[in-house]
Amino acid sequence: MKIKFTVQDPCQIVRKSFGDPIADDLRFVVKTLVGEENFIDMTPNKSNNYCCGGGGGFLQSGYVDARRQYGEYKLKQILATKADYCITACHNCHAQIHDLAEHSGANYHTVHLWTLICLSLGILGENEREYLGPDLADVAVYGA
Amino acid sequence: MSSETLKLGKKKQSIFIDKVKELLPEGGNLGLCLTCGACSSGCPATGLEGMDPRKFLRMASLGMDEEITSTPWVWMCTMCQRCIYACPMEIDIPQLVYYARSAWPRESRPKGILGSCDMALRNDSCSAMGATPEDFSFVVEDVLEEYREAQPEFKDMQAPIDKKGAYFFLNQNSREPVTEPDEMVPLWKILHIVGADWTYGSKGWGGENYCMFLADDEAWEHIARTAAKQADELGCKVFLNTE
Ligand code: SF4
Ligand code: SF4
Repeated sequence: MKIKFTVQDPCQIVRKSFGDPIADDLRFVVKTLVGEENFIDMTPNKSNNYCCGGGGGFLQSGYVDARRQYGEYKLKQILATKADYCITACHNCHAQIHDLAEHSGANYHTVHLWTLICLSLGILGENEREYLGPDLADVAVYGA
Repeated sequence: MSSETLKLGKKKQSIFIDKVKELLPEGGNLGLCLTCGACSSGCPATGLEGMDPRKFLRMASLGMDEEITSTPWVWMCTMCQRCIYACPMEIDIPQLVYYARSAWPRESRPKGILGSCDMALRNDSCSAMGATPEDFSFVVEDVLEEYREAQPEFKDMQAPIDKKGAYFFLNQNSREPVTEPDEMVPLWKILHIVGADWTYGSKGWGGENYCMFLADDEAWEHIARTAAKQADELGCKVFLNTE
């Protein structure tokens, strides 16, 4: 389908906890799911990745403009990959990266890792597709 | 040496950064800055509120306590630690930021973070959205029932709460049970097909800890301990934090 994916390394589990080995594990899973040729990494990445700007309470702090300005780094990184999807394995990242796209009108989708795992296994039902774009919304719907 | 430096030197014992140094292993290396700027050049919060990590650290070192404990920038640093990673001296600026947050009077801290922390202190769920243990078990059971019926391959799928002796203790961000319950299901399915022995807890299931972001030590410890205690009481071996 020629759909391209990138992945956000969550600061919390990568830089702040397990380092590059878990970032490599994350890439192993993602490449297995989407195909090596459909995966494009952001730069910089892994332990050196930029925070998306959703962490540390920023999402709830009320400083919305500052949060989006912080997120410009991430937005530009994602846009530079030209990926159709940014996969997020962290809740804060998902909320922030989703908001960055909505607010700027960027046309990537932000999807939880669990959604893609189930989609690839063919067990993702029709009500579990909130964050898929139209290109994948009707693909391999379980029970349909 | 300028006279200003000498004057500041006199007050040294009482300044904010010295108190923080005492609290950190190796003093967080806070006195070792080479002013190289590697931290600031790779920090997405650089420029917000006219601040950046190097400037924040320099101001703290100069004893400008008033400024560093009142700038809203401390709520814009996400404590992502990229600056530590980039810094040749591994200086712990985010921890300095954390203590600057805690220097704010509690009621003056950002309302959204404060409100989410207070919600989590309301009941044993520790959910930042205030959902009770009963709300949680109702939603989980309801959604599970629906999916077992509608998707036959998953008729034996489990989503247990307080299952004694389960291997994994799993927590859950409140956003799913409260606002988009169907989003809990993909993870349940994955756990089901790999045969994982897991459980949620009726206490401490809320995965988010806004009290930590609020820099309210007592409250965030309460939340972390509530979840850990429940996992221990159930005899779980591994705590899985999905946050
Ligand atoms: S990277 Fe480290 S040494 Fe360099 S200016 Fe920042 S804190 Fe100082
Ligand atoms: S921890 Fe704070 S100061 Fe350091 S890079 Fe991240 S946002 Fe910037």
